Amino acid sequence: MIEVRNLVKRYGDRLAVDNLSFTAEKGRIYGFLGPNGAGKTTTMNIMTGYLGPTSGDVIVDGRSMLEDPEGVKRFIGYLPEHPPLYIDMTVSEYLTFAAELKKIPKSRQKSEIEKAVEYTFLQDVSGRLIRNLSKGYRQRVGLAQAILGFPEIIILDEPTVGLDPKQIMEIRDLIRSLGREHTVIFSSHILSEVQEVCDHVLIIHRGKLLANGTPEELERQMRNTTLELTVRSSSLEQVKNMLLALPGVVSVVEDKNDQPGQVSLKIETAPDIDPRDDIFYACAENRTPILTLRGLDMSLEQIFLSLTADNVQPADSSVFNQFGKQEVEEL
Amino acid sequence: MIAIYKRELRSYFNSMIGYIFIALVVAIIGIYFMANNLVGGYPRFSHTLGSIVFIFLIAIPILTMKSMAEELRLKTDQMLLTYPVSVTKVVLGKFLAMVTVFAVPMLLAAFCPLIIAFNGTSYLGTDYATILVFFLLGCLFISVGQLVSALTESQIIAAFGTFGLLLLLYLWPQLVSYLPTTAWGTAAALVIILTGIAFLLYSMTRNKLLSLVVEAVGLIAIVVGYLLAGSSFDRLLPRVLSSFSCTKVLDNFAAYNVFDLGGLFFYLSCTALFLYLTVQVVQRRRWN
Repeated sequence: MIEVRNLVKRYGDRLAVDNLSFTAEKGRIYGFLGPNGAGKTTTMNIMTGYLGPTSGDVIVDGRSMLEDPEGVKRFIGYLPEHPPLYIDMTVSEYLTFAAELKKIPKSRQKSEIEKAVEYTFLQDVSGRLIRNLSKGYRQRVGLAQAILGFPEIIILDEPTVGLDPKQIMEIRDLIRSLGREHTVIFSSHILSEVQEVCDHVLIIHRGKLLANGTPEELERQMRNTTLELTVRSSSLEQVKNMLLALPGVVSVVEDKNDQPGQVSLKIETAPDIDPRDDIFYACAENRTPILTLRGLDMSLEQIFLSLTADNVQPADSSVFNQFGKQEVEEL
Repeated sequence: MIAIYKRELRSYFNSMIGYIFIALVVAIIGIYFMANNLVGGYPRFSHTLGSIVFIFLIAIPILTMKSMAEELRLKTDQMLLTYPVSVTKVVLGKFLAMVTVFAVPMLLAAFCPLIIAFNGTSYLGTDYATILVFFLLGCLFISVGQLVSALTESQIIAAFGTFGLLLLLYLWPQLVSYLPTTAWGTAAALVIILTGIAFLLYSMTRNKLLSLVVEAVGLIAIVVGYLLAGSSFDRLLPRVLSSFSCTKVLDNFAAYNVFDLGGLFFYLSCTALFLYLTVQVVQRRRWN
């Protein structure tokens, strides 16, 4: 289990990580999502002890990264953005070096290296110089050193970047199988990947943690609380009063509509009640034909886009409108 | 630390650098040994070693330039710093690997006094003491090179920077003799040094008040000191600074046949200081 406490990292005037806190449990896969420059890599670099935080701490198994860095690092395997490879070594020399540095006992070194090589499909290249390997293979060597010895916490910074589709599938499978017994934290900017692989999503933007939960939870939390309704009616007031009487309707605001005899409204609803059925029956009762009733069902992608859109409220964001609307019902 | 030591050592012999370094040092020692001792017939190998300190200026930068800089460039420092190993051990492992490479030509040089002994009179005691102190001076220069290498990710800059610094250390005794010797000249030089320190302090802490206070207190101390005890300012700078001469200790061994124990400690403690500074440079980068 790894706990990140009030992490702050300041570069001069720029705040790269802004008071970030979260906990990652064993046996789960955590996806770190965020646009470029959001602070993902910085956070991971601090979690693994590569960088020192301006303030805050990382706690693993009750040990503090600040007080006992070597003790904490023993529990962590890390694949940075650029795999840290000594290109003048062969793959097996490199992994032997990594095993010695990780203080894996001599008797277990060979079997641990074999396991890591097997997991990352490196059997064919283990005798070759890293200098001569392609990017995909280099990435896998980097991955092999991260999972070597199977530390409890495995942190991967964009592990699938630069790989071909088959390799991406293999690495995703690898992450899934690792996730059964380890804490896996990986960053990505590919949303489908996160949705597919992760049990838990952390969205960060400008160094702040914006969302934290399972993909389903996030979708539920972000479920639209705004409906758009267009009815054929001449009296705005009458429709408004009718809607406001329904349970779950919080407010009703008129929307622009140039068509004569039509009324468009924006309905704000309570998050836990879905009033669409009631709206339908109420309109039918009042002989007010519904022309459109739109709600929003947000996918992870839309949640991500709306959360990370700058200077715009999620519900009104242009990005959000462009992608986020789904026609639920149309007459 | 052993893992890092082994890896570094292997990398020196996987690439050409280790061989080039050894060949260069052996060649220079060989040429001077031949000219002075074999052909010239001079029985002291210590003098030969004393006259080839300049080889460090070229050979040491070759050896040290990649030690820390290459890690930064390849981003392998990210591996070392996220593994359960302390920065001190990383720096020490690398240092010891370089020292080991340097020990190879020194072992070969250790045969030279024996060759002299087989052919006539020799002074094995002074010769081996000088080989030891020559080796320690090399270690000190290696630690200087390692520090410079930790400051940059370019091997070229590391090599030239090390060369410049070693040249300064090599010419130190001569340079010191150009410093002002009069009392008021010393006072002026002290003010300049003080201002430099205050400026350095400001650039490190960004604290205007602190550096101004340091500057003011220092100024007052210098003025008061000059007024009260002006005579003690005579030749103060050359006297103080010449004691930092690195080559003086080797000269004591090689030219004057003096076993300078204090000099040995001076070399060892300077080496330790530069290694400590290297660790600090790496740590500081983590916190910036």
